Amino acid sequence: MNILDIIFEPWPWYVAGPLIGLTVPVLLIIGNKSFGISSSMRHACAACFPADIKFFKYDWKKEKWNLFFVLGVLLGSFIAVQSLMSASPIIINPELRADLVQYGITDISGLIPSQLFSWDLIFSVKGFIMIIVGGFTVGFGARYAGGCTSGHAIMGISTLQMPSVIATCCFFLGGYIMANFILPIILGL
Amino acid sequence: MQNLVEQTKEFEARALDAMCVNESQLEHKWYHNLKYVAVGIAFGIVFVKAEIISWYRIQEMFRFQEFHMFGVIGSAILVGMISIWLIKKFDIRTIYGEEIKLHPKTFNKGQIYGGLLFGLGWALTGACPGPLFAQIGAGTTVIAATLLSAVFGTWVYGYFREQLPH
Repeated sequence: MNILDIIFEPWPWYVAGPLIGLTVPVLLIIGNKSFGISSSMRHACAACFPADIKFFKYDWKKEKWNLFFVLGVLLGSFIAVQSLMSASPIIINPELRADLVQYGITDISGLIPSQLFSWDLIFSVKGFIMIIVGGFTVGFGARYAGGCTSGHAIMGISTLQMPSVIATCCFFLGGYIMANFILPIILGL
Repeated sequence: MQNLVEQTKEFEARALDAMCVNESQLEHKWYHNLKYVAVGIAFGIVFVKAEIISWYRIQEMFRFQEFHMFGVIGSAILVGMISIWLIKKFDIRTIYGEEIKLHPKTFNKGQIYGGLLFGLGWALTGACPGPLFAQIGAGTTVIAATLLSAVFGTWVYGYFREQLPH
Protein backbone atom coordinates (compact mmCIF):
# COMPACT_ATOMS: atom_id res chain seq x y z
CA MET A 1 0.00 0.00 0.00
CA ASN A 2 1.52 3.33 -0.93
CA ILE A 3 1.20 6.58 0.96
CA LEU A 4 -1.58 7.92 -1.24
CA ASP A 5 -3.82 4.95 -0.54
CA ILE A 6 -3.36 5.50 3.18
CA ILE A 7 -4.50 9.13 2.86
CA PHE A 8 -7.66 8.12 1.04
CA GLU A 9 -8.62 5.40 3.53
CA PRO A 10 -10.30 6.39 6.82
CA TRP A 11 -7.64 7.37 9.35
CA PRO A 12 -7.29 5.23 12.49
CA TRP A 13 -7.63 6.71 15.97
CA TYR A 14 -3.91 6.54 16.67
CA VAL A 15 -3.28 8.91 13.78
CA ALA A 16 -6.23 11.26 14.33
CA GLY A 17 -6.04 11.52 18.13
CA PRO A 18 -2.40 12.63 18.34
CA LEU A 19 -2.93 15.12 15.49
CA ILE A 20 -5.84 16.65 17.39
CA GLY A 21 -3.78 16.67 20.59
CA LEU A 22 -1.04 18.58 18.76
CA THR A 23 -3.50 21.43 18.23
CA VAL A 24 -2.96 22.29 21.91
CA PRO A 25 0.78 23.14 21.68
CA VAL A 26 0.48 24.52 18.15
CA LEU A 27 -2.11 27.14 19.17
CA LEU A 28 -0.10 28.03 22.28
CA ILE A 29 3.13 28.40 20.35
CA ILE A 30 1.78 30.36 17.41
CA GLY A 31 -0.06 32.89 19.52
CA ASN A 32 -0.60 31.90 23.17
CA LYS A 33 -4.14 30.72 22.45
CA SER A 34 -6.03 28.18 24.52
CA PHE A 35 -7.70 25.53 22.38
CA GLY A 36 -11.49 25.79 22.52
CA ILE A 37 -14.17 25.78 19.88
CA SER A 38 -17.50 26.55 21.53
CA SER A 39 -16.21 29.99 22.54
CA SER A 40 -16.59 30.95 18.88
CA MET A 41 -20.35 30.85 19.35
CA ARG A 42 -20.07 33.23 22.29
CA HIS A 43 -17.97 35.58 20.19
CA ALA A 44 -20.60 35.37 17.45
CA CYS A 45 -23.23 36.48 20.00
CA ALA A 46 -20.97 39.24 21.32
CA ALA A 47 -20.29 40.46 17.79
CA CYS A 48 -23.80 40.23 16.34
CA PHE A 49 -26.38 40.62 19.10
CA PRO A 50 -24.82 41.53 22.45
CA ALA A 51 -28.19 43.07 23.50
CA ASP A 52 -26.56 44.75 26.47
CA ILE A 53 -26.10 41.38 28.20
CA LYS A 54 -23.12 41.45 30.54
CA PHE A 55 -21.92 38.03 29.41
CA PHE A 56 -21.51 39.37 25.88
CA LYS A 57 -20.04 42.74 26.77
CA TYR A 58 -16.37 42.19 26.16
CA ASP A 59 -13.97 43.00 23.41
CA TRP A 60 -14.69 40.08 21.10
CA LYS A 61 -12.23 41.43 18.58
CA LYS A 62 -9.45 40.23 20.86
CA GLU A 63 -10.78 36.71 20.30
CA LYS A 64 -11.09 37.01 16.55
CA TRP A 65 -8.54 34.24 16.09
CA ASN A 66 -11.17 31.78 17.29
CA LEU A 67 -13.52 32.73 14.45
CA PHE A 68 -10.69 32.37 11.93
CA PHE A 69 -9.98 28.95 13.42
CA VAL A 70 -13.55 27.65 13.00
CA LEU A 71 -13.64 29.07 9.48
CA GLY A 72 -10.58 26.91 8.86
CA VAL A 73 -12.36 23.84 10.27
CA LEU A 74 -15.20 24.42 7.83
CA LEU A 75 -12.80 24.83 4.90
CA GLY A 76 -10.74 21.81 5.95
CA SER A 77 -13.73 19.51 6.01
CA PHE A 78 -14.81 20.83 2.62
CA ILE A 79 -11.35 20.08 1.20
CA ALA A 80 -11.33 16.60 2.75
CA VAL A 81 -14.75 15.66 1.38
CA GLN A 82 -13.98 17.06 -2.06
CA SER A 83 -10.57 15.55 -2.55
CA LEU A 84 -9.49 13.05 0.06
CA MET A 85 -12.31 10.53 0.31
CA SER A 86 -12.30 6.91 -0.74
CA ALA A 87 -15.30 5.56 -2.60
CA SER A 88 -16.06 2.90 -0.02
CA PRO A 89 -18.92 3.63 2.40
CA ILE A 90 -18.18 4.01 6.10
CA ILE A 91 -18.36 0.87 8.18
CA ILE A 92 -20.89 0.89 10.99
CA ASN A 93 -21.00 -1.42 13.98
CA PRO A 94 -23.49 -4.21 13.11
CA GLU A 95 -25.36 -3.89 16.42
CA LEU A 96 -25.90 -0.18 15.89
CA ARG A 97 -26.93 -0.83 12.31
CA ALA A 98 -29.48 -3.43 13.36
CA ASP A 99 -30.88 -1.08 16.01
CA LEU A 100 -31.24 1.74 13.52
CA VAL A 101 -33.05 -0.48 11.02
CA GLN A 102 -35.68 -1.11 13.71
CA TYR A 103 -36.39 2.62 13.69
CA GLY A 104 -36.57 2.76 9.93
CA ILE A 105 -33.10 4.22 9.42
CA THR A 106 -31.88 2.16 6.52
CA ASP A 107 -29.91 4.68 4.47
CA ILE A 108 -26.50 4.71 6.13
CA SER A 109 -24.55 6.24 3.29
CA GLY A 110 -22.63 9.37 4.22
CA LEU A 111 -21.51 10.56 7.63
CA ILE A 112 -24.92 11.58 8.95
CA PRO A 113 -28.24 9.71 8.53
CA SER A 114 -30.21 11.68 5.96
CA GLN A 115 -33.41 10.09 7.26
CA LEU A 116 -32.94 12.09 10.48
CA PHE A 117 -31.08 15.19 9.36
CA SER A 118 -32.44 16.95 6.29
CA TRP A 119 -34.15 20.24 5.47
CA ASP A 120 -37.41 18.40 4.76
CA LEU A 121 -37.55 16.99 8.27
CA ILE A 122 -36.73 20.15 10.17
CA PHE A 123 -40.37 20.79 11.11
CA SER A 124 -41.28 17.17 11.81
CA VAL A 125 -41.33 16.28 15.52
CA LYS A 126 -38.35 13.97 15.29
CA GLY A 127 -36.39 16.28 12.99
CA PHE A 128 -37.07 19.32 15.15
CA ILE A 129 -35.82 17.53 18.27
CA MET A 130 -32.67 16.23 16.58
CA ILE A 131 -31.75 19.31 14.55
CA ILE A 132 -33.03 22.28 16.54
CA VAL A 133 -33.41 21.13 20.15
CA GLY A 134 -30.17 19.16 19.86
CA GLY A 135 -28.29 22.20 18.62
CA PHE A 136 -29.77 24.43 21.30
CA THR A 137 -28.72 21.99 24.04
CA VAL A 138 -25.18 21.79 22.66
CA GLY A 139 -24.84 25.58 22.63
CA PHE A 140 -26.53 26.22 25.96
CA GLY A 141 -24.80 23.32 27.71
CA ALA A 142 -21.34 24.11 26.39
CA ARG A 143 -21.50 27.67 27.61
CA TYR A 144 -23.05 26.70 30.95
CA ALA A 145 -20.23 24.19 31.44
CA GLY A 146 -17.69 26.78 30.29
CA GLY A 147 -16.40 24.78 27.34
CA CYS A 148 -16.93 21.78 25.13
CA THR A 149 -14.98 18.69 24.19
CA SER A 150 -12.04 20.75 22.97
CA GLY A 151 -11.88 23.30 25.79
CA HIS A 152 -12.59 20.95 28.66
CA ALA A 153 -11.82 17.37 27.64
CA ILE A 154 -8.71 18.09 25.60
CA MET A 155 -7.29 21.48 26.66
CA GLY A 156 -8.59 21.31 30.22
CA ILE A 157 -7.47 17.81 31.08
CA SER A 158 -4.14 18.35 29.28
CA THR A 159 -3.47 21.17 31.71
CA LEU A 160 -4.65 19.01 34.64
CA GLN A 161 -7.71 21.07 35.55
CA MET A 162 -10.04 19.30 37.94
CA PRO A 163 -13.12 21.29 36.78
CA SER A 164 -12.49 20.00 33.27
CA VAL A 165 -12.31 16.40 34.46
CA ILE A 166 -15.68 16.90 36.17
CA ALA A 167 -17.18 18.56 33.10
CA THR A 168 -15.90 15.78 30.83
CA CYS A 169 -17.40 13.09 33.08
CA CYS A 170 -20.71 14.94 32.89
CA PHE A 171 -20.46 15.19 29.08
CA PHE A 172 -20.12 11.43 28.88
CA LEU A 173 -22.81 10.75 31.46
CA GLY A 174 -25.26 12.99 29.58
CA GLY A 175 -24.33 11.38 26.28
CA TYR A 176 -24.67 7.89 27.74
CA ILE A 177 -28.16 8.65 29.05
CA MET A 178 -29.26 10.20 25.77
CA ALA A 179 -27.86 7.52 23.45
CA ASN A 180 -29.09 4.56 25.48
CA PHE A 181 -32.32 5.69 27.11
CA ILE A 182 -33.78 8.83 25.53
CA LEU A 183 -32.75 8.57 21.89
CA PRO A 184 -34.53 5.20 21.41
CA ILE A 185 -37.77 6.90 22.50
CA ILE A 186 -37.21 9.84 20.15
CA LEU A 187 -36.36 7.55 17.24
CA GLY A 188 -39.53 5.60 17.93
CA LEU A 189 -41.75 8.69 17.58
CA MET B 1 -11.04 50.49 43.37
CA GLN B 2 -14.53 50.05 41.97
CA ASN B 3 -12.98 49.89 38.56
CA LEU B 4 -10.54 47.19 39.63
CA VAL B 5 -13.37 45.10 41.10
CA GLU B 6 -15.26 45.42 37.83
CA GLN B 7 -12.18 44.44 35.87
CA THR B 8 -11.59 41.40 38.06
CA LYS B 9 -15.22 40.36 37.65
CA GLU B 10 -15.00 40.76 33.91
CA PHE B 11 -11.81 38.71 33.87
CA GLU B 12 -13.43 35.98 35.97
CA ALA B 13 -16.47 35.87 33.71
CA ARG B 14 -14.26 35.50 30.69
CA ALA B 15 -12.02 32.98 32.37
CA LEU B 16 -15.02 30.72 33.06
CA ASP B 17 -14.59 29.70 29.50
CA ALA B 18 -12.09 27.97 27.36
CA MET B 19 -11.57 31.33 25.72
CA CYS B 20 -8.22 32.94 25.70
CA VAL B 21 -7.71 35.40 28.51
CA ASN B 22 -4.12 36.24 27.76
CA GLU B 23 -3.95 39.96 27.40
CA SER B 24 -1.15 39.89 24.90
CA GLN B 25 0.51 43.25 24.53
CA LEU B 26 1.39 42.51 20.97
CA GLU B 27 -0.62 44.05 18.21
CA HIS B 28 -0.83 42.14 14.99
CA LYS B 29 -2.21 42.87 11.57
CA TRP B 30 -5.35 40.93 10.68
CA TYR B 31 -3.53 38.55 8.37
CA HIS B 32 -1.70 37.08 11.33
CA ASN B 33 -5.02 35.34 11.95
CA LEU B 34 -4.54 33.35 8.76
CA LYS B 35 -2.30 30.97 10.68
CA TYR B 36 -5.33 29.98 12.72
CA VAL B 37 -7.22 29.32 9.51
CA ALA B 38 -4.38 26.99 8.50
CA VAL B 39 -4.52 25.10 11.81
CA GLY B 40 -8.31 24.94 11.47
CA ILE B 41 -8.02 23.46 7.98
CA ALA B 42 -5.72 20.70 9.24
CA PHE B 43 -8.12 20.08 12.09
CA GLY B 44 -11.13 19.93 9.76
CA ILE B 45 -9.38 17.43 7.51
CA VAL B 46 -8.63 15.17 10.48
CA PHE B 47 -12.26 15.46 11.62
CA VAL B 48 -13.52 14.18 8.29
CA LYS B 49 -10.83 11.59 7.60
CA ALA B 50 -11.15 9.94 11.02
CA GLU B 51 -14.96 10.12 10.74
CA ILE B 52 -15.13 12.10 13.98
CA ILE B 53 -17.95 14.14 12.46
CA SER B 54 -19.99 11.00 11.83
CA TRP B 55 -23.22 10.71 13.81
CA TYR B 56 -22.71 6.94 13.84
CA ARG B 57 -19.28 7.15 15.46
CA ILE B 58 -20.71 9.19 18.32
CA GLN B 59 -23.56 6.70 18.84
CA GLU B 60 -21.06 3.83 18.87
CA MET B 61 -19.02 5.66 21.49
CA PHE B 62 -21.92 6.28 23.85
CA ARG B 63 -23.15 2.71 23.39
CA PHE B 64 -19.64 1.35 24.03
CA GLN B 65 -19.76 -0.49 20.72
CA GLU B 66 -16.49 0.72 19.21
CA PHE B 67 -13.21 1.89 20.66
CA HIS B 68 -12.49 4.39 17.86
CA MET B 69 -13.72 7.63 19.50
CA PHE B 70 -12.33 6.72 22.92
CA GLY B 71 -8.99 6.16 21.19
CA VAL B 72 -9.20 9.51 19.41
CA ILE B 73 -10.11 11.54 22.50
CA GLY B 74 -7.81 9.58 24.83
CA SER B 75 -4.75 9.87 22.63
CA ALA B 76 -5.50 13.54 21.95
CA ILE B 77 -5.52 14.21 25.69
CA LEU B 78 -2.31 12.23 26.16
CA VAL B 79 -0.48 14.13 23.42
CA GLY B 80 -1.86 17.42 24.79
CA MET B 81 -0.62 16.56 28.29
CA ILE B 82 2.86 15.59 27.12
CA SER B 83 3.06 18.78 25.03
CA ILE B 84 2.11 20.98 27.98
CA TRP B 85 4.65 19.19 30.14
CA LEU B 86 7.36 19.76 27.52
CA ILE B 87 6.38 23.42 27.15
CA LYS B 88 6.74 23.91 30.89
CA LYS B 89 9.89 21.84 31.26
CA PHE B 90 11.80 23.58 28.48
CA ASP B 91 10.14 26.96 28.97
CA ILE B 92 9.09 27.00 25.33
CA ARG B 93 7.93 30.41 24.15
CA THR B 94 5.56 31.57 21.46
CA ILE B 95 6.92 32.41 18.02
CA TYR B 96 6.82 36.05 19.16
CA GLY B 97 8.99 35.26 22.16
CA GLU B 98 6.21 35.62 24.71
CA GLU B 99 5.93 33.37 27.72
CA ILE B 100 3.17 30.76 27.34
CA LYS B 101 0.48 31.30 29.95
CA LEU B 102 -2.12 28.82 31.10
CA HIS B 103 -5.03 29.88 33.23
CA PRO B 104 -6.48 27.68 35.94
CA LYS B 105 -10.23 27.10 35.74
CA THR B 106 -12.29 27.39 38.88
CA PHE B 107 -14.95 24.87 39.74
CA ASN B 108 -18.60 25.86 39.65
CA LYS B 109 -21.76 23.78 39.45
CA GLY B 110 -22.27 24.90 35.87
CA GLN B 111 -19.69 22.32 34.88
CA ILE B 112 -22.06 19.64 36.19
CA TYR B 113 -25.43 20.97 34.99
CA GLY B 114 -24.08 22.38 31.76
CA GLY B 115 -21.92 19.32 31.22
CA LEU B 116 -24.92 16.99 31.49
CA LEU B 117 -26.97 19.15 29.12
CA PHE B 118 -24.10 19.34 26.68
CA GLY B 119 -23.76 15.55 26.78
CA LEU B 120 -27.45 15.10 25.98
CA GLY B 121 -27.12 17.40 22.99
CA TRP B 122 -23.87 15.79 21.87
CA ALA B 123 -25.51 12.36 21.60
CA LEU B 124 -28.61 13.78 19.89
CA THR B 125 -26.86 15.75 17.18
CA GLY B 126 -23.88 13.42 17.06
CA ALA B 127 -21.70 16.48 17.10
CA CYS B 128 -19.97 18.76 19.52
CA PRO B 129 -19.31 22.33 18.34
CA GLY B 130 -16.20 21.54 16.23
CA PRO B 131 -17.90 18.85 14.17
CA LEU B 132 -20.92 21.14 13.66
CA PHE B 133 -18.71 23.46 11.62
CA ALA B 134 -17.09 20.52 9.88
CA GLN B 135 -20.40 18.88 8.98
CA ILE B 136 -21.50 22.05 7.23
CA GLY B 137 -18.20 22.16 5.35
CA ALA B 138 -18.66 18.50 4.46
CA GLY B 139 -21.87 19.42 2.67
CA THR B 140 -24.65 18.58 5.15
CA THR B 141 -26.17 22.04 4.88
CA VAL B 142 -29.05 21.36 7.29
CA ILE B 143 -26.50 21.37 10.12
CA ALA B 144 -26.32 25.14 9.60
CA ALA B 145 -29.73 25.16 11.33
CA THR B 146 -28.26 23.12 14.20
CA LEU B 147 -25.33 25.52 14.46
CA LEU B 148 -27.62 28.58 14.48
CA SER B 149 -29.68 26.90 17.16
CA ALA B 150 -26.49 26.28 19.16
CA VAL B 151 -25.53 29.97 18.83
CA PHE B 152 -29.05 30.84 20.00
CA GLY B 153 -28.58 28.43 22.95
CA THR B 154 -25.35 30.26 23.80
CA TRP B 155 -27.21 33.57 23.70
CA VAL B 156 -30.05 32.29 25.89
CA TYR B 157 -27.48 31.07 28.41
CA GLY B 158 -25.92 34.54 28.45
CA TYR B 159 -29.37 36.09 28.95
CA PHE B 160 -30.29 33.89 31.94
CA ARG B 161 -26.79 33.45 33.30
CA GLU B 162 -27.34 35.44 36.50
CA GLN B 163 -30.40 33.38 37.43
CA LEU B 164 -28.86 29.96 36.82
CA PRO B 165 -27.20 28.02 39.65
CA HIS B 166 -23.43 28.09 39.37
